[in-house]
Amino acid sequence: MSEPLLALRIESESTGTGEAFGRLEGDEPVARDTVTPRPARENSRHAQAHESAIKHVTGRARYIDDLPAPHGALHAMVGLSDVAHGRITRLDLGAVMEMPGVIDVITAQHIPGHRDIGPVFPGDPMLADEEVSYVGQPLFAIAATSYLEARRAVKAAVVEIAPLPPRFDPVAAADAGEFVRPTHVQMSGDWQQALEHAPHVLEAEQFVGGQEHFYLEGQACLVVPGEDEGVTVYTSNQHPSETQKLVAEVLDIPFHAVTVENRRMGGGFGGKETQAAPWACMAALLARRTGRAIRLRLPRAEDTRATGKRHPFHNRYRLGFDDEGVILGGDMTLIGDCGHSPDLSEAVVDRAMFHADNAYSLGAARVTGHRARTHMASNTAFRGFGGPQGMMIVEQAMDDIARHVGEDPLTVRKRNLYRIGRDTTHYGQHVDQYPLMVEIIERLERSSDYWQRRDEIRAFNRQSAVIKRGLALTPVKFGISFTAKHLNQAGALLHVYTDGSVMINHGGTEMGQGLHTKVCQVVARELGIDFESVRISATRTDKVPNTSPTAASSGADLNGMAARDAATQIRQRLLDFAAEHYQFDREGLHLENGKLVSDIGAVTPAVSWGELIQAAYLGRVSLSATGFYSTPLIHYDRDSGQGRPFYYFAYGASVSEVRVDTLSGEYRVERVDILHDVGDSLNPAIDLGQVEGGFIQGMGWLTSEELKWNDDGRLLTDGPATYKIPTFGDLPPIFNVELLEGHPNSQASLYRSKAVGEPPFMLGISVWSALRDALSSLTGYRVSPPLDTPATPERVLMAAEALRAGPANVGASR
Amino acid sequence: MIEFFLNGQRQRVATEPETSVLELLRGPLARHGTKEGCASGDCGACTVAIASPEDGQQSLTYRTANACITPAHQLQGAHLITVEGLARGDALHPAQSSMVACHGSQCGFCTPGIVMSLFVMHEQQRSAPGMPLDDHRLEAALGGNLCRCTGYRPIRDAALSMSEHADTRPPWADDPTLERAVRELSPTVASEGQSGYLTPTTLAELTAAMQRHPEARLVAGATDLWLEATQRLEPFEMLIDLRQVRELRQIEETADGWWIGAAVSYREWEPLLVEHYPAFAHLLTRLGSAQIRNRGTVGGNIANASPIGDTPPVLLTLDARLRLAGPQGMRELPLASFFLDYKKTALEPGECVAAIYLPKPQANFEQRVWKLSKRREDDISTLLGAFRWRRKDGVLSDVRVAYGGMAAIPLRVEAVEAALEGRKPDQATFRTARQALHDSLTPMSDARGSRDYRLTAAVNLLERWRLTLVDTGSNDPAQEVILDAYAH
Repeated sequence: MSEPLLALRIESESTGTGEAFGRLEGDEPVARDTVTPRPARENSRHAQAHESAIKHVTGRARYIDDLPAPHGALHAMVGLSDVAHGRITRLDLGAVMEMPGVIDVITAQHIPGHRDIGPVFPGDPMLADEEVSYVGQPLFAIAATSYLEARRAVKAAVVEIAPLPPRFDPVAAADAGEFVRPTHVQMSGDWQQALEHAPHVLEAEQFVGGQEHFYLEGQACLVVPGEDEGVTVYTSNQHPSETQKLVAEVLDIPFHAVTVENRRMGGGFGGKETQAAPWACMAALLARRTGRAIRLRLPRAEDTRATGKRHPFHNRYRLGFDDEGVILGGDMTLIGDCGHSPDLSEAVVDRAMFHADNAYSLGAARVTGHRARTHMASNTAFRGFGGPQGMMIVEQAMDDIARHVGEDPLTVRKRNLYRIGRDTTHYGQHVDQYPLMVEIIERLERSSDYWQRRDEIRAFNRQSAVIKRGLALTPVKFGISFTAKHLNQAGALLHVYTDGSVMINHGGTEMGQGLHTKVCQVVARELGIDFESVRISATRTDKVPNTSPTAASSGADLNGMAARDAATQIRQRLLDFAAEHYQFDREGLHLENGKLVSDIGAVTPAVSWGELIQAAYLGRVSLSATGFYSTPLIHYDRDSGQGRPFYYFAYGASVSEVRVDTLSGEYRVERVDILHDVGDSLNPAIDLGQVEGGFIQGMGWLTSEELKWNDDGRLLTDGPATYKIPTFGDLPPIFNVELLEGHPNSQASLYRSKAVGEPPFMLGISVWSALRDALSSLTGYRVSPPLDTPATPERVLMAAEALRAGPANVGASR
Repeated sequence: MIEFFLNGQRQRVATEPETSVLELLRGPLARHGTKEGCASGDCGACTVAIASPEDGQQSLTYRTANACITPAHQLQGAHLITVEGLARGDALHPAQSSMVACHGSQCGFCTPGIVMSLFVMHEQQRSAPGMPLDDHRLEAALGGNLCRCTGYRPIRDAALSMSEHADTRPPWADDPTLERAVRELSPTVASEGQSGYLTPTTLAELTAAMQRHPEARLVAGATDLWLEATQRLEPFEMLIDLRQVRELRQIEETADGWWIGAAVSYREWEPLLVEHYPAFAHLLTRLGSAQIRNRGTVGGNIANASPIGDTPPVLLTLDARLRLAGPQGMRELPLASFFLDYKKTALEPGECVAAIYLPKPQANFEQRVWKLSKRREDDISTLLGAFRWRRKDGVLSDVRVAYGGMAAIPLRVEAVEAALEGRKPDQATFRTARQALHDSLTPMSDARGSRDYRLTAAVNLLERWRLTLVDTGSNDPAQEVILDAYAH
């Protein structure tokens, strides 16, 4: 396989940095900026900097609210419900219309087409019609001549809602059978018999908190009405095709009348997969009604209240195991708090169930997933998509079992890993590459000095009354593929222009994860040209249609393959043409370092890429191609709960050490070691960034990021003043992060790479487990303390107080 | 109409009293590089650098600010630097090139703000190259810039490697006339009456203006007031800016203490605390972020009368006094008599806090300040305990105990003081003190913490205090009772 020019470029630019930042021209989205990577951080010639890095640091990268708006553009704002559940008895917007600058007002009655914009299943009215289902639900939208006028005008609305009893407790909802989707069950073997015959049985429950996405760029769009019946929608959005569909359905026009474009997002994390669409739909309706462009950007508090979050979960396990702590079987119940509507909850709870085993064989097990309906914003996709919440229950079980049998939790974890004879999941998928998990753990065990530190920490804790240290190693096994099979497809469109520059479009969106960089690298590699010759413009539904969301870590796997398909077609055409045109031997002809090269007959003069393209154009060769890819082999049967939903698994493990003040509940993560599997990395710099960033985000989910509502269902933590994502000082002082090398994907993925967006998120679980370890030391490691999440200083202190008051006060496992 | 310099270019623009620097940039000035993440001064995406001649520095000194909660009027006479003003054509500033080289941006939305914080750090390194870039400095400089993508490791790398990059100077740095041109601008807002924004320069002018405009709001750092503009959207009829009032910007030393002008920023106040009250100074490192500490004032922290303000409990234990300026002139008041009820103070109409008296520490003075919050940096107290005492022959005296976050106001807990005064810090004495605290306070539950947690933690802080008194300074880990990163 040829890996041509990237290496040369990096060598030639390895001195100095100033001159490497050339070519800053124009306002066009460009993918050609390139710099010398820092050698210390890089271990491969594929460590290309992010295609927008220079634009990011100079402020030239444009986000939605930075786009130049057409003349006369209006600002839209949305009026939200203050009541969690009730019937609208009065929605009087007369005073709103009278406010300065207001041009138009819409309610549900003004929608010409579909009023329900539920992405997969119905249940999400664009604007509440008669009933309101959560605090923050959109009731009406307005357009005004300025942002401030629009915000002020919204407050003039007269809204009267006759309250109905709200439900906020998902457990009570599940008990009452209040679900947004039917319960699903997966079963392997006779779990009841396994429990009956097990030497030991433990059961426990846990609450796993939700998480606000806190993308730095909030929900935003700009909609420009066209000369026909349609609109062009610029939106910070992970799923342009779905937004195209919903906007068309709301306006009651054909899909081809709606074009959706996204150049980049200021963060997505799942929060813009389905929940970016409503704002585009409202703005589109206002744009068509006023004939003017509409800008809509939600203020942070409105954004946080109106949109769904990571699902909180209530999980339970009842597991039987032998004297060694090896699970024989049992029962797990996962209750996802879905909020008021289905949104993506069917698949989110499915994925939680698919990951209730994490890296361990559950033996004969039953896993039940409930989708509870509550009067909350509809919870949605968030990095990991239910997987993290599912893993939490089995990781709690590992710690609990270890305390019960008197072993170190790592020992029990290792004994339970998938292995020969125990290599099939509870949903019937054979676990590919399971020895990798063992290897990762054993290497990390050594590189982190786990056992030596374990001894030191135990000795320290024996002497230290107040400060307690904790240590934990937790693995991650994460299934890669959309569990909705049809989404596992992607398209690409590649143009070669006559100057030899290349434009690639694909269905994926850029939210910071480096997808466009990777796709440009793929095309450059296939065509043997340098990275700078390949550009990605924005993602647009009129270039690549019917796309899947950029989600499920699949962006590079799917779109990279589609781009590769397009590039391969072009390459074949060019080589066929060249063989005939230049009378070269077709066999052995290839593209390398920006040249057409023949392996046979060294006397053949090389033809430059530019010359070749010119000749091909004159020779009337098509220089444009569409590419397509669909993931093979995957299937899942919901009736039996069995199948192979994942093309492959990605693996990783992390070791975290914490220091806890048991008088105040304050703690610090002092050291973290990570080893993570990305197959053969497409771009080690970007992949490392995903692993580090994912870990910290996962740590934030389980530690400081606390969502709190008042008794009326109003979110109290609706901004960064009260909702605390990790900041600079939360970076562990010692943070050793490595990508596992030398283990290509066993499946035929893109250059044998593996997806990296979501799996590292769950590495953060080791922080939570280390906190439990530190707390457990208060009881001489005899009791495994319950520790709901997020494990804020408050929860840690209250857990410590309960342990000090005596095990009887700990609602622990029996 | 305000006049200032933006990236070396003179600007003259009309603006409303409630307009922020960010709105000015992204609106009339069409500079879209600076981003809005929260409009509440908590995320740092909008970080810009501002040099104001009146800050008394020898040369223009650039400080970070959150543009979203900085009044546009406060640009009058200043030099504002934004992310667009750093690169020299294609040549990036080290704050930028190091971020690119270290893969410090992913989605890129927080990046302009981070670049501006790095720029200011780089400027500080230029003026004091010997100062080590240790973790403490990095955290102080970058703790107010949230990044949701990277996990901060590459940003840390970038901060540490700026010196390895070509020291490209911004184009405006070449202009030898710039500094003088900035200093020649008036520090006060022209045609004050119509603008709705007054900039008095003396205390007399200030009190007269307050009498003329009883409806006016006072503004200094704007770090709290501006939330009313960005969140409640209420227009200000009239603002009176305290930052040019000479008397309010001074620190006046007396024989046994200091009068700190109410408009002295946390940053300006910090050196004095570092020298005389290190435990108090450490608290400042956990108060807001660099962007907030550069602009927020001690007078604001007091007059705001928030029950969770960081400095009032500490000042209560130090027997601080206030100077209140009003139409009848000046009066003094113990700080303990200032807070009346939730957000209610002893200020009469037309009065403002002019200065805070901080006594010098006496012999055998000891002090502890412990702030508990959900996140260590850039977070507001869930509760804060402040303790001050003297110890002679093993006996405690002059004991002061105050808490924030435990009542509607910052509160001295005299029952606890009484339980400890004149006693040895033994277990029995502290058991009594803990009971007294438990019986004295009835905190509330809110987004930051539950009532139970607040009470439990507040009582535990007394136990922590006792343990530190037992500690004889040995390095025995058994004596470790505080996590160093949180407090000393």
